[in-house]
Amino acid sequence: MNTLKKPEPVNRLYVIGVLVANISGVLSRVSGMFTRRGFNIDSLTVGETESSGFSRITIAFHGDEDIKERIIRQLDKLHDVREVEVMEQNETVTRELLLIKVRNCAEYRQDLMSAVEIFRSKIVDYSASAVICELTGETSKIDAFIDLMKPFDILEMCRTGIVALERGENCLKTVR
Amino acid sequence: MLISGAEAVVRVLLEQGCDTVFGYPGGQVTDLYDALYRKRRCIRHILTADEQGAAHAADGYARASGRTGVVLATSGPGATNLVTGIATAYLDSVPMVAVTGNVSCRQIGRDSFQEVDIVGVTMPVTKHNFIVKHAEELPDTLRTAFRIAKSGRKGPVLVDIPRDVQTARCHFEAQDGPVPAEPVRTADADGLAAAAALLSQAVRPFIYFGGGILSGDASAELTALADRLDAPMGCSLMGLSAVPSDHPRFLGMMGMHGSAAAAAAEDEADLVLALGVRFSDRATGDQHRFARHAQIIHIDIDNAELQKNIPAVLDLCGDVKDALTRLLDLLPQQHHPAWSRRIASLRRREAQHAVPQSRSAGTLHPYTVIDTLQRYAAGAVIVTDVGQHQMWTAQRYPFTEPRSFLTSGGLGTMGFGLGAAVGAWLATGKRPVLFTGDGSFGMNLNELATAVSERVPVVIAVMRNGTLGMVRQWQRLFFGGRYAATTLSRQTDFVRVAEAFGAHGMHADSLESLNAAAEAAFSAKGPFVIDCAVSPDELVLPMLPPGGSVENIITEYP
Repeated sequence: MNTLKKPEPVNRLYVIGVLVANISGVLSRVSGMFTRRGFNIDSLTVGETESSGFSRITIAFHGDEDIKERIIRQLDKLHDVREVEVMEQNETVTRELLLIKVRNCAEYRQDLMSAVEIFRSKIVDYSASAVICELTGETSKIDAFIDLMKPFDILEMCRTGIVALERGENCLKTVR
Repeated sequence: MLISGAEAVVRVLLEQGCDTVFGYPGGQVTDLYDALYRKRRCIRHILTADEQGAAHAADGYARASGRTGVVLATSGPGATNLVTGIATAYLDSVPMVAVTGNVSCRQIGRDSFQEVDIVGVTMPVTKHNFIVKHAEELPDTLRTAFRIAKSGRKGPVLVDIPRDVQTARCHFEAQDGPVPAEPVRTADADGLAAAAALLSQAVRPFIYFGGGILSGDASAELTALADRLDAPMGCSLMGLSAVPSDHPRFLGMMGMHGSAAAAAAEDEADLVLALGVRFSDRATGDQHRFARHAQIIHIDIDNAELQKNIPAVLDLCGDVKDALTRLLDLLPQQHHPAWSRRIASLRRREAQHAVPQSRSAGTLHPYTVIDTLQRYAAGAVIVTDVGQHQMWTAQRYPFTEPRSFLTSGGLGTMGFGLGAAVGAWLATGKRPVLFTGDGSFGMNLNELATAVSERVPVVIAVMRNGTLGMVRQWQRLFFGGRYAATTLSRQTDFVRVAEAFGAHGMHADSLESLNAAAEAAFSAKGPFVIDCAVSPDELVLPMLPPGGSVENIITEYP
């Protein structure tokens, strides 16, 4: 049952954890539902879990309460989806990983190195002409670091999108 | 027991209680067909004119009987021809299992001859689908497909079987009977108590029901609750036939071509109890103004339908029959004398609009066609295609039995009717009466071949107005009478078409010729086409313009 008193729609970022059967095609079923019903995805990550039969998909999207509710109900309906959970910000650890390649240039090498140090980033590849930095953290930290790198001539970058786990002992169960 | 994948498929079909398979053979299903042939005394195969017809037939079989329809097609074009039929079943929540062959596993992904990724293609229009790459998994996968199709909100499931999986050997363990459906979800007790409390406070309650009443077999509970609540009822197109059309509390269909009385009642109600219905835009008009003075209680088996199109103050996910039964235990008898008087006056006003008179000489009013055939059609299953004739039938036909009206509601598939009529006959043995138009009939009339070879005594009333009438109606009302591509300058003689297929037919352009044709049609042993002349100027009224509301309803010819 759900007695819903319509709140004012507030657009915000939601992160949801989706536990799915580890079967080929499951990613298209999940992402296809978003496309088909006109929901937008900010980021989507997928990977194995502690149990080989299941994969875990973490999806970040912007929307209001209403959209979030519809997304959850539609996901819940998919045969291969075992569990869906909204990862509430204050009860969740979220991380992203960034790899960013910038030009290695004597002119600003020192500034680059201090930025890397301050953000506790790591240099994972170093050549005469380019440097690859690795950084993990919350989305805001990654965004800030990228901003800082902009003057240093970014050659290319990639970020994984959000992964998230609930704090404490609660888990997305593998048995419905 | 070690058997081939193909044989396992047929054994599982038998185990699931399947007695009829609709289909069309082809290169990648020859093994399946061989296995079917060996069991031809247990399962009959109905060869249709094309795979779309087979899918509609399996759909009609399921709609008329409530049992899961089964359709079989080969890979590539065979499989893609199923798509419209599968989507039709999906939008109307019809239980169906579609089995397709595919190229062998090692050929997949190489654009082999007649290869199509049918699992990818049908993902958005099935409840679920499978490609089976190991014969060992075949029996259980097919069982699961049946379970999904008939559980909860029903729907189509596709199982794609590569050729080498059909020929490979697998272990088969027979099971006693059909897989059980998943346990039904039931509405929670607190929610039902809250619903009963709201219902008992309502002054002008209105019940809006849909196809869920039919698939949930809840007609008796629905009418009992309407009596208990002392409330009028209206329904979506899919809800028609769930209660007798002449039920004293029934105001008719809602929505774009619904009854004006039902629309007014919904608009004036202070509480709408929505049962097994999904608030389709065609049923609600402007969704923000639908039942704008009412609190809405929504009960449906599909949780994803709740709060999707219309905000409800109270939503309950669960089986509608169970929910109604328990509501009846909670709700004392209600009395709304003032509201009942208001409903009676709405009903009288509507009745004045219902007198048929054709708009030009030598043509029949559509209601005359329906009224005349109806007198011969006791116990028949009424089937339609899509367009004006469909709405006229929905408005006019006096349904008496649940599942006696088969129509493509959600997808609006022209060409649905003849295949569905064939399926309905094979499922129930009740004579189908198909109301169609020259546009829709032209799309899939090749299924006359199937109706003839299976000796289906279907009466086909073609309301021939020489136009694509529904679109023409929109052009007349909203596009300044610019009839783009809706005038059929065809010379098709449907009586001679019927004869060419080995069926019979007669023309009807007057009450006398219509009666004579009906006499002949309803005593025929096989399909019979009645070619009914209808004026292209007939409109389906009332009409609630798309996105409109009760005050925009058009009830008079412009």
